[in-house]
Amino acid sequence: MKQSTLKLSSLSHKFILALAGLFLMLFLSTHLLTNLLMLTGDSSAFDQAVEFLSTNPIIKVVEYVLFAAFIIHIIFGVIVWLNNNKARPVKYYVASGSETSYFSKFMIHTGLIIFVFLVIHLVNFYFVKLGLVAVPEYASDSHDFYAMAVVLFKEPLYSLIYVVCFIFLGFHLKHAFQSAFQTLGLNHDKYFPAIKVISTIYALVISIGFSIIPVYFYFFH
Amino acid sequence: MDIKLKIWRQKNASTKGRFEDYDLKDVSPEMSFLEMLDYLNKQLIEGGKEPVTFEHDCREGICGTCGLYINGRPHGPLTHTTTCELHMREFKDGETIIVEPWRSKAFPIIKDLAVDRSAFDKIMHAGGFINVDTGSSKEANAIPINKKIADRAFDAAVCIGCGACVAACKNSSAMLFVAAKVSQYAMLPQGKVEAADRVQRMVEKMDELGFGYCSNTYACEFDCPKGISVEFIAQMNREFISAKMCSHKNH
Ligand code: HEM
Ligand code: SF4
Ligand code: FES
Repeated sequence: MKQSTLKLSSLSHKFILALAGLFLMLFLSTHLLTNLLMLTGDSSAFDQAVEFLSTNPIIKVVEYVLFAAFIIHIIFGVIVWLNNNKARPVKYYVASGSETSYFSKFMIHTGLIIFVFLVIHLVNFYFVKLGLVAVPEYASDSHDFYAMAVVLFKEPLYSLIYVVCFIFLGFHLKHAFQSAFQTLGLNHDKYFPAIKVISTIYALVISIGFSIIPVYFYFFH
Repeated sequence: MDIKLKIWRQKNASTKGRFEDYDLKDVSPEMSFLEMLDYLNKQLIEGGKEPVTFEHDCREGICGTCGLYINGRPHGPLTHTTTCELHMREFKDGETIIVEPWRSKAFPIIKDLAVDRSAFDKIMHAGGFINVDTGSSKEANAIPINKKIADRAFDAAVCIGCGACVAACKNSSAMLFVAAKVSQYAMLPQGKVEAADRVQRMVEKMDELGFGYCSNTYACEFDCPKGISVEFIAQMNREFISAKMCSHKNH
């Protein structure tokens, strides 16, 4: 039997998807910690962190890994979804009444919402830094993310979209965290119940943590 | 008790099927689900009509042929129960029961409620076996096996190949079935010889036959009549990763 090296099996697809997803979850954690510095009352701590992140050479390398992780995760997620759509050409008349990991059914939908958010987010912040989008007049330079955030979060619609997107990210993560462990083969009754609990906590921390910031700027700044 | 049935009727794989409604009177709550279908078929035959085709053999939960999708659940409303072990007392008088065949690209319909599950046989042919020496039979207890591992392998070995996992999965994934087989052999000394090749061959065959990918939805575990755990899927994932990364290529 000869197997071409290019054609990946379903398990290899999921393995790579999960590894990329785990890296993205690590990134989300550090991103949240940085953003929470905005709540210190003034911009100095946050600006220092931004300064560090945009000048450190190691972070620059990690940034490329991050882009790769996003692209791989999105492409593989779409491939998994497309292939799964073909596996049941005739649907059931009665929808399934089986007990499941609920959000696993909507990973592509929550994923696509995150993707749209990602594009908006890059245009508003990252592309300004890269010089692809003009620096807004209220920001002192292309790294003045604090000033950009203050103005953007004062707009109710923007803040609302931001919070809603993070709720959907939370739905994605609720299933994703524990699912990645299962995909990597790390499911044992000794620790898997704990992983499921951590999965829920992680999803809550990320979606609430990120949502606090626009709420703070909109109501209290 | 009286019941209303809505049953999928389809002449063969190439014709279009449709639901047919039947009113069935005087059903005994003691009847098994399959006996209820026998009772319906008797009336259909007496009325000169084509009986409903459904698969069955042992009628005691061990052969795995009797899978039906009943009111949105493979093998019906009870957990850890095959269709043949399900009784009419689980349904209410006057209830409408909707019966569908397993739906999966890899399990084409043969007729009515009977589907072709030979895709599972093909996966087994790809690696679900061990090599043994021919000749005189060996002393049965010559190879010591840890009791815990033997029990664990047995937990996987109780899979009856019914296909409910595929029927339950939103992706029609066969992961629970394949994982049960892969894990069962991989845990026992006799199966370790081919372990690395086996997992790769069986997964390759599973993909080729058109089963979906695993989204870790866990509907399979919930609907498996034998309570096969998704921990075996994790075990297969481990087996697969280590086989891909560490084993020498010989196929
Ligand atoms: C920061 C953002 C994201 C994080 C942290 C993340 C994380 C994860 C993780 C850990 C998994 C579990 C993998 C597994 O089942 O083993 C997953 C699954 C998935 N992700 Fe994401 N993801 C993100 C964004 C996206 C985006 C933008 C898409 C767009 C298409 C997407 C699509 C999917 C899909 C479709 C699955 C499920 C695949 C399946 O059915 O098994 N994700 N994600
Ligand atoms: S794993 Fe369970 S549901 Fe799947 S074929 Fe085996 S016994 Fe049936
Ligand atoms: S008829 Fe054998 S398991 Fe149901």
